[in-house]
Amino acid sequence: MKRLKTFSLNGTGVLVALVTLFPVLWMISTAFKPSQEIYSQTPHLLPSHPTFGNFTNVIGGQATGIGSVFLFFRNSIAVALTTVLLASLLSLLAAVAVARFRFRFRATFLIMLLIVQMIPGQALIIALFLDFSKLNLTQNLIGLIVVYAAQALPVSIWMLRNFVATVPRDLEEAAAIDGASAPRIFWRILFPLVAPGLVATSIFAFITAYNEFIVALTFLGQTHSIYTLPIYVTYFFGRGGAQWGPIMAASTLYTIPVMLFFLAVRRRLVGGLVAGAVKG
Amino acid sequence: MANTAERQASTLIGRAVTRPSTERGNGLGAFVRRHRLAPYLLLAPALVGIGLVLLWPLAQVVVYSFQNYGLPQITGAAPTQWVGFSNFTQTFTDSEFWLSLRITVLFALVAVPLTLVVGTLVGLLLNRLGKKMAAVVSTAALLAWSVPPVAATVLFYWLFNPDGGLVDWTLSRLPHWLGGGARWAGFNWTTTDALHAYAVLLLLVVWQAFPFIAVAVLAGLKTIPTELYEAARVDGANPVRVFRQITYPLLKPIFLVLLLFSVIWDFNIFTQTYLLTGFPGNRDEFNLSLYIYDKAFQFPPSYSLGGALALIFTLILLVVTVGYVRASVRQGALT
Repeated sequence: MKRLKTFSLNGTGVLVALVTLFPVLWMISTAFKPSQEIYSQTPHLLPSHPTFGNFTNVIGGQATGIGSVFLFFRNSIAVALTTVLLASLLSLLAAVAVARFRFRFRATFLIMLLIVQMIPGQALIIALFLDFSKLNLTQNLIGLIVVYAAQALPVSIWMLRNFVATVPRDLEEAAAIDGASAPRIFWRILFPLVAPGLVATSIFAFITAYNEFIVALTFLGQTHSIYTLPIYVTYFFGRGGAQWGPIMAASTLYTIPVMLFFLAVRRRLVGGLVAGAVKG
Repeated sequence: MANTAERQASTLIGRAVTRPSTERGNGLGAFVRRHRLAPYLLLAPALVGIGLVLLWPLAQVVVYSFQNYGLPQITGAAPTQWVGFSNFTQTFTDSEFWLSLRITVLFALVAVPLTLVVGTLVGLLLNRLGKKMAAVVSTAALLAWSVPPVAATVLFYWLFNPDGGLVDWTLSRLPHWLGGGARWAGFNWTTTDALHAYAVLLLLVVWQAFPFIAVAVLAGLKTIPTELYEAARVDGANPVRVFRQITYPLLKPIFLVLLLFSVIWDFNIFTQTYLLTGFPGNRDEFNLSLYIYDKAFQFPPSYSLGGALALIFTLILLVVTVGYVRASVRQGALT
């Protein structure tokens, strides 16, 4: 009886894993198929004659005519990393304020953070677009970075606040009594203890910026050379002619960094994101 | 609240912030400490960012929605005027608005419970599985979760493509009693009608969102003491009863937040519908997000009509937001 139960549980587990993984496998498999296999009358799960042709096609830029996929990779990574730096710095400062001080408007600020998290992006995009075009910040990546960093702040502050709050004050006081300077206290005591929190918020900010669609779509317009990856894939997709091999190759390349990221921080990701999302 | 230790700690970090100015002379640092300005200085950069990118645009959208702001007003060809509620009456008399609202609400009514049920079931499964098997399932979920929305949507579009897509191929070869048949060969899921397009969207949304729900539920399950389950087993309670009487009440706060999040996500869907419906085509498949974007940006752009819609949209979601804030405050989030 017990063995039957374990068996059926494991069977369900295998089934869930397969169903969940199948679309990802299909994406990667299509990316390695030559076109006669992609449009074959009897599709196969795995390519019979695997080829790098689709990848060389998107890397060479022939498929879209707007440049190599690496150009858009560079744009996306640059935007995401700058967003991470900016959002981490600003949210750490704010988290220290909220976790360490009791001040007027503290509760107001915290409630405001909860509310702005919920404002739909589609509601803001109109005014954002008009304001940023006036400032000449729409046809470049700086505008995107500013928007993404600000959008990552509410959740990041909320997550970091819990980490700062767990650092014992006695530690800082002891260091101060020993004559440690304030920056030294920050770097030697507060920072190492808050670092896991910063990892979590960095992942959050990176993924937010790397995946973002509506702002990039609206801001970047027809300036192909500054497209981020999602807009590049959309452009590719919208051109018609259904080049599914190269499109799946581009999508696979687009997905790989997030996949590696997720796998690398598997345990901490789950803990950190849940702490931020559910506790808040 | 402010006991001595706390005040000391405050001054310590207060000094950390104003360090550069204290080095130039004690005036400014002392001023900051005397007036307890440190928290405000620490908050200022984040507040500026949130203010400029989130709060100020929202205020402007409210203003636009009572004006006639469009291309002529931007170029200066015509003056900006206050038009009262005319953007709202125009919206409420547009049948496309009601259609898109209906699609959005109906979709959320199906997608939210389905995502929560699938996510919870997988979470419960992960909790019961052995270590190795749980690692396999959670890794699979993590990989699905990691696919960016644009890539995931393009992928599903390809799976459901009439020309070479795997789903049509499989369905056309299934026997009739399983719902298969030749009518599926070359069937166009995304342009035939809203029902089929949103069926694809439903699968896509559940596939993308259930890992997060599962992981959150699992984290909650780990906090429940196992003695409770053992006691239930001794009493001979069946799994459904155990869930209803132990798991659900203890995880209720988590479920509430996940429910509110899912409602917000499913109401806000833009990327997926934009790509699946081939925006700006197939207007009868617009959800509210696409309808707003269309009104605001498709030629001739009407930022006022879009603004009025954005305001309506935000007000609808405000109900959910209030629930979220109340739940958070009750869980002691402000302490």
